[in-house]
Amino acid sequence: MIVIPFKAFALIEVDITRGNLNPLPLAVSPLSIDEQSRKSFENILKEQNIGSEISTIVENNLRTSGLFNPISKDAFLQAPDIANLKPRFEDWNLIKAQALITGKVTYVDEKLRVEFRLWDVLAAKEMMALAFTTVPNNWRRVGHIISDKVYERLTGEKGYFDTRIIYVAEEGPKTQRKKRLAIMDQDGANNKFLTLGNELVLTPRFNPTSQMVTYLSYFKNLPRVYLLDIETGTQEVVGDFPGMTFAPRFSPDGKKIIMSFAKDGKSDIYTMDLENRLVERITNHPSIDTSPSYSPNGKFIAFNSDRSGYQQIYIMRSDGSDVKRISFGNGIYGTPVWSPRGDLIAFTKLHKGKFYIGVMRTDGKGERLLTENYYQEAPSWSPNGRVLIFYRETKTNAKGEGFSAKLWSIDLTGYNERLVETQTDASDPSWSSLLSN
Amino acid sequence: MILSKIYKNTLLILAACLVLTACATKKEVTTPQIEGQMQSDVYTGDDTVKYLADGVPDRVFFATNETILTTASRETLRAQAAWLRQNSSINVVLEGHADERGTREYNLALGERRANSAKDYLMTYGISSDRISVLSYGKERPVDAGSNPLAWSKNRRSVTVKAN
Repeated sequence: MIVIPFKAFALIEVDITRGNLNPLPLAVSPLSIDEQSRKSFENILKEQNIGSEISTIVENNLRTSGLFNPISKDAFLQAPDIANLKPRFEDWNLIKAQALITGKVTYVDEKLRVEFRLWDVLAAKEMMALAFTTVPNNWRRVGHIISDKVYERLTGEKGYFDTRIIYVAEEGPKTQRKKRLAIMDQDGANNKFLTLGNELVLTPRFNPTSQMVTYLSYFKNLPRVYLLDIETGTQEVVGDFPGMTFAPRFSPDGKKIIMSFAKDGKSDIYTMDLENRLVERITNHPSIDTSPSYSPNGKFIAFNSDRSGYQQIYIMRSDGSDVKRISFGNGIYGTPVWSPRGDLIAFTKLHKGKFYIGVMRTDGKGERLLTENYYQEAPSWSPNGRVLIFYRETKTNAKGEGFSAKLWSIDLTGYNERLVETQTDASDPSWSSLLSN
Repeated sequence: MILSKIYKNTLLILAACLVLTACATKKEVTTPQIEGQMQSDVYTGDDTVKYLADGVPDRVFFATNETILTTASRETLRAQAAWLRQNSSINVVLEGHADERGTREYNLALGERRANSAKDYLMTYGISSDRISVLSYGKERPVDAGSNPLAWSKNRRSVTVKAN
């Protein structure tokens, strides 16, 4: 995909520390499209008008972030084609839009060409203009990339919309759940099942640098960590361990897998180098050491261990030295996940029968609980370190009915908690890196 | 600058969370022990129990977060050991399980540890480790779908399954 920036000024900005308290009203005009291009895309993509479809994607993304409040298109006074040439700012001002996104889609040489502009309505100025050319099938990604560019321009932080979520799709009764690996765009589109459900699969995690995934599969009733290439579908078992391997994650450079290996009632943390296949033991303790997660610079590992008697969070150097407990609050702590920004660790906490998703600084101080529920766990960070996605299970009634598992997301500030819609029940979400940069 | 703003803002949220926690924990629900089915958190009933042979129950139960065998569990395992000695061609898989009140990955390890605590006991009664394999399901295969202490107690278990 080719991105050509035109020019940029610094004008309106969104205060991102405030969650959804004061979302910025903005208008996303349908992208204009000439009749011939519209017909071409309708033939290829079976979408009636991808100009307005792309603008809807942008609108939904920005709304979901909680930082923007897209204005209903019914209120728009100016036609898309004219708005993109020169907006009548007084019209947009009248409907209280502070920012305006306009654009144009054309079909050129069998490619999809999109240009878009971001306007500051009050200052009556263009803030950003970009053009993309790509294959028509990438049309949804164009919407996500526009969203990322607008988000970055207005908040000063990278976006997280051109991303995917890998998760476990669940069906069937609680006592006999059928579980399949599934992948979807961050907004729920393009859902695809990656395994058939013949064996139990758990905890898929993205490689931060490629389209590889590591996960736990009960293939042939031997729970082992696997590696899956989601482009080619090839799978392989990771390492040759005489027992269960589980809780896998990639190192930040994508070259190693870190995981637990359970033997004789003890679980320790190991790494395997994916290039030379060398296995290294990182912890050696009679306790359960699991849920390892690297710091973004690769120098440290957070994990949970019950060596104190209960599950608590520890950090150590990546060679296993200098083990330090960092969680000291009331309750038990698990699933530490290092923020991509490096300054925070997200975790699951169980205290007095309630489960919390929270964050703490890497020295364990500054604990903040973001959300409380009957059962929820396994936070995963958006690539910009702004949003956490996790799963939540419901309590069943006296007859054991009413079970469900769903994905939820919440802003780092504790605001903007949202259900992430999935075709089936879902758990164990993992957020990919930005697909484009 | 952005960060310091986040921290300032979060103080407020932290305060809100504390209030929430206080409300939630004010009244802890203490479920009455179901007569004859649970004893100090360990399932003692036989609803879910199957038999490997006459008088040889297939499973043992554990207290929350525990992997220690109770007196009743040791009795069950001695019966299993005697049965295995009489049937020397039979191999078994010990399937370890946890309840739903724990994180998935920790529960996988906990199930493994429970099954191993049963395995160790069988071995002290003369069963060769070659005949016993261990498989943890964590919280993935509950026998009772309930969300209550009795259901959880049935699910914290190690089940001995014939492998051949």
